[in-house]
Amino acid sequence: MPDATGLELIAQELRDAHGEGVVTDTLFFRNQATLSVAPDSIRAVLAHLRGKGYGFLASVHGVDYYPQEPRLGVVYELLDMSRVDRVAVKLRVASDAPDVESVTEDWPTANHQEREVYDMFGVVFHGHPDLRRILMPEDYEGHPQRRDFPIGGEPVIFTYNEAESYPSGHPPGRAGRVESPE
Amino acid sequence: MSSTGQPTISEYRRREQSITLSPLEEQLGEAGREGSTQELLTLNFGPHHPATHGVLRLLVTLQGELVRDVKPIIGYVHTGIEKTAEDKSYWKVIPVIERMDYLSYYFNALAFCGAVETLCEVEVPKRAQYLRVIHLELNRIMSHLVWLGTSALDLGAISMFWYCFREREKILDLFEMSSGQRMHTRYFQVGGVIEDIPRGFAEKLDGFLKEMPSRVDQYGALLNRNEIVLHRLRGTCPLDAETLLSLGVTGPLLRAAGNPWDLRKAAPYCSYEDFEFKIPVGTHGDNYDRFAVRLAEMYESVKIVAQALEGLPEGPHITEDRKIALPPRHELATSMEALIHHFKLVTEGMRVPPGEVYYPIESPRGELGCFVRSDGSSKPARVHMRDPSFVNLQATAPMVKGAYIADMIATLAMLDPILGGIDR
Repeated sequence: MPDATGLELIAQELRDAHGEGVVTDTLFFRNQATLSVAPDSIRAVLAHLRGKGYGFLASVHGVDYYPQEPRLGVVYELLDMSRVDRVAVKLRVASDAPDVESVTEDWPTANHQEREVYDMFGVVFHGHPDLRRILMPEDYEGHPQRRDFPIGGEPVIFTYNEAESYPSGHPPGRAGRVESPE
Repeated sequence: MSSTGQPTISEYRRREQSITLSPLEEQLGEAGREGSTQELLTLNFGPHHPATHGVLRLLVTLQGELVRDVKPIIGYVHTGIEKTAEDKSYWKVIPVIERMDYLSYYFNALAFCGAVETLCEVEVPKRAQYLRVIHLELNRIMSHLVWLGTSALDLGAISMFWYCFREREKILDLFEMSSGQRMHTRYFQVGGVIEDIPRGFAEKLDGFLKEMPSRVDQYGALLNRNEIVLHRLRGTCPLDAETLLSLGVTGPLLRAAGNPWDLRKAAPYCSYEDFEFKIPVGTHGDNYDRFAVRLAEMYESVKIVAQALEGLPEGPHITEDRKIALPPRHELATSMEALIHHFKLVTEGMRVPPGEVYYPIESPRGELGCFVRSDGSSKPARVHMRDPSFVNLQATAPMVKGAYIADMIATLAMLDPILGGIDR
């Protein structure tokens, strides 16, 4: 881990290179370094950190800070394999405009992980090659990992209750049940 | 048929067609162009298929027997464990977390407990750390045995399956002895392990450790000289370390490509710095190296367990911090304080200081990281597992593009994906 001073140095470097507003906060907690950055600068920040040796993107995951605003967070865990050094980069977006630039082009590993964050939290990654739901069914409504999404009571859809299981009365994209031939 | 006589596209078919395969023309060359005599076939593979190691579904584009594109489709065993965990107090999260990657339950439990321990700044007693290492490495052997048995089955070697499960049974018996359960043991607790090992465990484990290396020798002898296995594995579907790293792949797959990255050595946790062991690496990064690396890892795990058993220190098996761990049973009869702590822990659970941590460990499949966010209450505000199977699965397509469909089966076996971990 970079120590608290090292983290400040990285933050200062980022501010010098990409403008004052790029790093909004730094946090050194339990020996783990976290940089909070502006959402629109995420690609530049990750590219800069890659230049500093953090060449492995270990994980991308979402967090919901409900009821705070901006409530949705995305965390990128970076790793420098030669110095065995980790730094987390965090950004926050509002739930009514959850727009983040995708980093899949620079970091192919983010592909599935961004899809999962989109699926579970509804964060939209612009520029992602194939932004679809990954774990939930394609026609699922809502983003289940959000804190205000209720737990339990998930209806199990069988043929007999198919119609009442959707708010619109029928599965999306289908105007009614397909008649089977006699 | 609809009432107008037009054939209706079913919802299922419509969704199927909406899945975009990667831009085909560039990879297909001759076959992609118009007027080509070669035909492309899109084949649905799984989710219920014995060779997919769980409910993995692949949409495979074939040109003859050559794989041109693969799209993994997952989510069939998604059970919302991360969501469930947010509704449980910390110590009740452990059993559900263990059920994610169902072959490496000790690792799941350690990743979560480690994250919570970091948040609480709890010191784990040395004896507990050694007991953890013993169980972790036994679990690693067990996981590799299941992988070896089922992979050999995919390649047509049925007897391997029975041999591997014979040894796996012995490990499960040991787990049953120490915790009462064979799988999903809930043995690891925040702050240590739930119980010390019982009388007779060390002798039984010692017997197993003496026997196991010769068993691995036998597996090697059975497979390493098997013409069919060698033909199926050697030189098939290699991928270089550079590409693997950009895809986030870790664990035996990365080590097979020659990069000796292993968190047990690089960033030791849980007293791994006390033990002497080697990290097996491959040279070509093909399926044979993936097989050989895992086989060699079993020897190393046996060595680690033997050292941990030999050097097992005396002392408590769980932290004495009463705000974290339950007081011992006998104290409840004599101490009011202990009774209060017991009551508070069982009803409400422990309170964890607010904050976020990420705790990575080396599971049998690569970096298993647990992200825990606490808001200061007795339930986690967010639990996320960075599961190695989920990330490693992205390497399927680059590995098998241009290979034969039979090699895809072998590659899938050597990838060792656990769908419980992928879908969580």
